[in-house]
Amino acid sequence: MSILAHQNTKLLVQGITGKEGLFHTQQMLQYKTNIVAGVSPSKGGEWVLEGKVPVFDSVKSAVEMTGADASVIFVPARHCADAIYEAADSGIPLVICITEGVPVQDMMRVKRFLEQKKTRVIGPNCPGILSPGQTKIGIIPGNITFPGNVGVISKSGTLTYEVLYALKLANRGVSTCIGIGGDPIKGTGYIDLLEMFEADAKTDQIVLIGEIGGNEEEAAAEYISRYMTKPVVAFIAGVTAPPGKRMGHAGAIIDGRGGTALEKIETLEASGIRVAQHPEQIPSLLA
Amino acid sequence: MKLHEYQSKQIFARYGIPIPKGRIAGTSSEVKQIAEEFGGSVVVKSQVLVGGRGKAGGIRLAKTADAAQEIATTILGMEIKGLPVRKVLVDEAVSITKEFYIGIVNDRAHQTPVLIGSGAGGMEIEEVAQKNPEKIVRIDIDPLLGLRDYQLRDAAIGMDLPRPLWKNFIEIIQGLWRVYVDCDATLAEINPLVISAENHLVALDAKIILDDNALFRHPDLGDLRDMDAEEPSEIEARKFGLTYIKMGGNIGCMVNGAGLAMATMDILSLFGGKAANFLDIGGGANAEKVTAALKIILSDPKVTSILINIFGGITRCDEVAKGILAAANEMKINIPIVVRLVGTNQEEGKRLLEASNFTSAETLAQAAQLAVDLAREKQL
Repeated sequence: MSILAHQNTKLLVQGITGKEGLFHTQQMLQYKTNIVAGVSPSKGGEWVLEGKVPVFDSVKSAVEMTGADASVIFVPARHCADAIYEAADSGIPLVICITEGVPVQDMMRVKRFLEQKKTRVIGPNCPGILSPGQTKIGIIPGNITFPGNVGVISKSGTLTYEVLYALKLANRGVSTCIGIGGDPIKGTGYIDLLEMFEADAKTDQIVLIGEIGGNEEEAAAEYISRYMTKPVVAFIAGVTAPPGKRMGHAGAIIDGRGGTALEKIETLEASGIRVAQHPEQIPSLLA
Repeated sequence: MKLHEYQSKQIFARYGIPIPKGRIAGTSSEVKQIAEEFGGSVVVKSQVLVGGRGKAGGIRLAKTADAAQEIATTILGMEIKGLPVRKVLVDEAVSITKEFYIGIVNDRAHQTPVLIGSGAGGMEIEEVAQKNPEKIVRIDIDPLLGLRDYQLRDAAIGMDLPRPLWKNFIEIIQGLWRVYVDCDATLAEINPLVISAENHLVALDAKIILDDNALFRHPDLGDLRDMDAEEPSEIEARKFGLTYIKMGGNIGCMVNGAGLAMATMDILSLFGGKAANFLDIGGGANAEKVTAALKIILSDPKVTSILINIFGGITRCDEVAKGILAAANEMKINIPIVVRLVGTNQEEGKRLLEASNFTSAETLAQAAQLAVDLAREKQL
């Protein structure tokens, strides 16, 4: 099986007529993702990609007509909060936000708003979800992994691809891979996903990929040592990152309150989690 | 993006936060003139974007206009933590009876803004938090509800602020909250907020850090960026949509994606090398961007080898290869370059580079080892 998304997930694409939205919709269709609709205000009634996907003016009308139960967002950062509010207000249970550069205060308001809704957000600034052989929601390349029993959770994009590829070369398949995003405020963190993987019959072990900034990896380490029976292997990027500099991702900064890679690695190891020294070492640490 | 004290104070003033009478100056004669206008006793404050200005001698009190001129001459010639002092803020001196710390900051763990206050003003708040955590007041703010007056009364009680000043305090901090929201700040701070001899609250210092992701909403604030505080190569990189950070080592790095770029620097260090830079070309970079990136890496004279690590998803390996070839055509590169291309159009990318003199590698570990070895040979 998989967590969060599977072959029956009915996907809606917000921002489907934009350059990114259209390109990745095509890629997702190639992977046989069940895309039922797109949304692009004032373009409702059109069809895109040779008539494969109908476009609606609003999420509400798209959901009414197609029964979409997940949405992926490609709209520009300035419209992103609005797109999430719209999806949540339309009752979509799962929203994956690929867009990079969403203002932090927007995300803080979104988070508080979502506490009253039944919607889970993944991202923003993330590559999305891939359940190999079933569905691809977002931009993770489909050909660098195959179905298997390893669950992957990561803050990063291409670093995740690197790990998936290393697993593939070592003949290790994946149940679901989730990019949670590199922003300081994110819809879903490690712990919720660890809990889902623990409960998922088809996942036997988990790879957790983290990086400098914040203390989510430390919180995950505590959760793992208390509640997880399945083995977890970790990798933390940014051992050589200097303090005070934002290393590309909005959340990747070592500040006065910690957030260094070494602190994270120590905490993870102290909790009995094996930590790889570099990405290609991960497969050899798996059970 | 950090704002200078004088820029932050100008914003504070628009929101009704009381600040001392002050003006910005670039020469010591201007400073003298301002001091004369203010009646002699002034504080001359260097405007550089680093902490610890006071300790470095960059903030000094002058009793007379002549003294102010002399002090300004010294401060305007100074460098503080590597940054030249080009401007000073001349503030009218305020006699202080008590100092407080107050700030609004994004709290990552709670995912809300938080108000932090303390009766121990003027000190680094991190230091107070470590040594006397009981002296710190923390109040979580609901981002949808905003900062409420009752919360500010709670803060005033916790900070031992005299009752007659509460009303004034609430007005000031509501102003600070509006600054935080309206500017999309990640930090808006007054340290110290003081009670003057006349029993008024005054913001003696001001600090605002802006959310880079929200600058599109504030083009006026974006224009306040101080280029002195940044490496010229980092500014140049931003023009091309690249994220470049100098690291001081001798192995130049070009990677797509921030996490992978960090992991690439880390593996170099693991194998005994040191990265010259962090460089993320982002997703879907075209050949021009790659050429620009390579030029920026080569502008660092310390670089003795280069590692290009691309995991193609949206980024196409053949585009990257074209960019590398274009750079090699434009300038003479006599530094060894290790290229690792995996993912989208990797075969095409590798074929393009075959005829050239680049070292190719299959795995990240191989690529890193080669780059470290080549950098070392070149250095000998």
